[in-house]
Amino acid sequence: MSLLEMTDIHGGYGGANILNGVNISIEADEIGVIVGPNGAGKSTTLKALFGLLRVSQGSIVFNGGPITNFAPEKLVREGLSFVPQEFNVFPTMSVHENLEMGAYIRRDDFRHLLDQVYGFFPPLKDKRKQPAGELSGGQRQMVAIGRALMTEPRLLLLDEPTAGLSPLYMDEIFDRIIAINKSGVGILMVEQNARQALAIAHRGFVLATGRNRFTGTGAELVADPDVAKSFLGGGE
Amino acid sequence: MGETGILAALPMNEFVFFINKGLLAGLIIGSVYALGAVGVTLIAGILRFSHFPHGDMMTAGAFFALILTAIFPTAGALIGLPTPFVLMPIAMAITALFAIGIDRVFYKPLRTANVKPIVIVMASIGVMLMMQGLIRLFGGTEARQMEAGSKDIYKIPFGGRDIILTEPQLLLILFTAAVVVALHFFLTRSRMGKAMRAMADNADLARISGISTDHVVRTTWVIAGSLAAAAGTLLALDVSLKPDLSFNALLPIFAAAIVGGIGKPFGAIAGGLLVGFTETLAVFNWSVLLRPLQPFMPEWLELPQKLAFVPTEYKIVIPFFILIAVLIWRPTGIFKGSLVK
Repeated sequence: MSLLEMTDIHGGYGGANILNGVNISIEADEIGVIVGPNGAGKSTTLKALFGLLRVSQGSIVFNGGPITNFAPEKLVREGLSFVPQEFNVFPTMSVHENLEMGAYIRRDDFRHLLDQVYGFFPPLKDKRKQPAGELSGGQRQMVAIGRALMTEPRLLLLDEPTAGLSPLYMDEIFDRIIAINKSGVGILMVEQNARQALAIAHRGFVLATGRNRFTGTGAELVADPDVAKSFLGGGE
Repeated sequence: MGETGILAALPMNEFVFFINKGLLAGLIIGSVYALGAVGVTLIAGILRFSHFPHGDMMTAGAFFALILTAIFPTAGALIGLPTPFVLMPIAMAITALFAIGIDRVFYKPLRTANVKPIVIVMASIGVMLMMQGLIRLFGGTEARQMEAGSKDIYKIPFGGRDIILTEPQLLLILFTAAVVVALHFFLTRSRMGKAMRAMADNADLARISGISTDHVVRTTWVIAGSLAAAAGTLLALDVSLKPDLSFNALLPIFAAAIVGGIGKPFGAIAGGLLVGFTETLAVFNWSVLLRPLQPFMPEWLELPQKLAFVPTEYKIVIPFFILIAVLIWRPTGIFKGSLVK
């Protein structure tokens, strides 16, 4: 039984459908990566999964139960957590308060989780009293991921976590994503840096025009000459 | 005794006059603006619209306090405070419920339908006109005293003169100070207070984090409605209760909220005091303070009887001016709030 099973998802923002039959399946503890050209429906797939977009056809099953078109507030309680690509921190609130807001749904003592997040992202510990809006792009991304971890999700959804970051921070974030995954959190992420992302993926999904073009393990997709030629840019 | 020396050197009559008519008057009206502006800024920051009926909500709150005073006229005598003030918490609760009710009936359906912000602003103007009509329908148009009898007056001797403050004015200042402290703890320590700040910061992310929009919206109306009722009641206690009591305060209140930065409750309080002080100091007769300096001035310079930046009747231009100046030079307010849209 997979942790997440999205079957034949269709949907859009009211106008024409953007998703025309997307299939995603992730086991617990895996990293799944969605890649593809602009407008392929990568981010839209995450939004459809997280209840930010109406799914008109198809089914989403998470952890054995149907969650199609659940509201985001409800999905957080089901064990999903979402990090949007932009505007993913509370800019005037301190780093610490950002993490507390991630734990909003918890009524228990979550201090050990704060320690865990500061463990994943040591730079945040020194800046915990600073407003998140004043941090650098890379550190803001750390706050955003940290906030999403505060619910102890089963599956963490990341929308282009390295967009706009310097190569140094990019490596750092990929590194942290692997560490988070090793701690037992499933990951589904959309990435522009397709080659680097597929290299750490257990499963890869290449989307184009709102449907799956290639599906396989990360290694298979990187090795596939068709995928390489059409979606990964020239070889390195 | 250096201090007495300085005090003795000051023209005390004029200085105490300045404290009474300039500083205290500014603090009093500034407190009313501050209490109103907290609600306006929270609604603008969290619900993203300009709440035009806020002035009338203050008047409505004062009317609730007036009605309660008529029902329980002796409540104040029990603890020796003005009856409307003693019953004010009940009026605040009623106004809070009233505000939630208005939201349910008028604004929530529009939010659910995802209309453009301007539609909700227009609805808020409609609610304002409706409330003004209702207040006149039930309350009439004449001015009323909140409580029969004369107000207690406190005189603090200062350099041979008295600093004068009425009991309602003192209560207003103390209440505002208490609100500042309570708001600080609520917004920085409590779970709901932080959730409100989170939603003002980034509503989508708040929702994604599992913060219940409904709870935050309800709490916003409770704070805005109850503080509006308090501001209206305390203002009516200080002067008298008229149907247009607080509608005239609406522009200064909006100026205060914008000066303080939209979505910043402490900015709104600072903005309220700033607008209040500016307003009173602009209409203050500076001749009074300058007259003692006459001997040191050149002879050709003759002090007029009245020397104010603006005549009292044109007081309203001050908040207008502050509003326009802030919008041009510092559109996010002095405390870096959201951009005024």
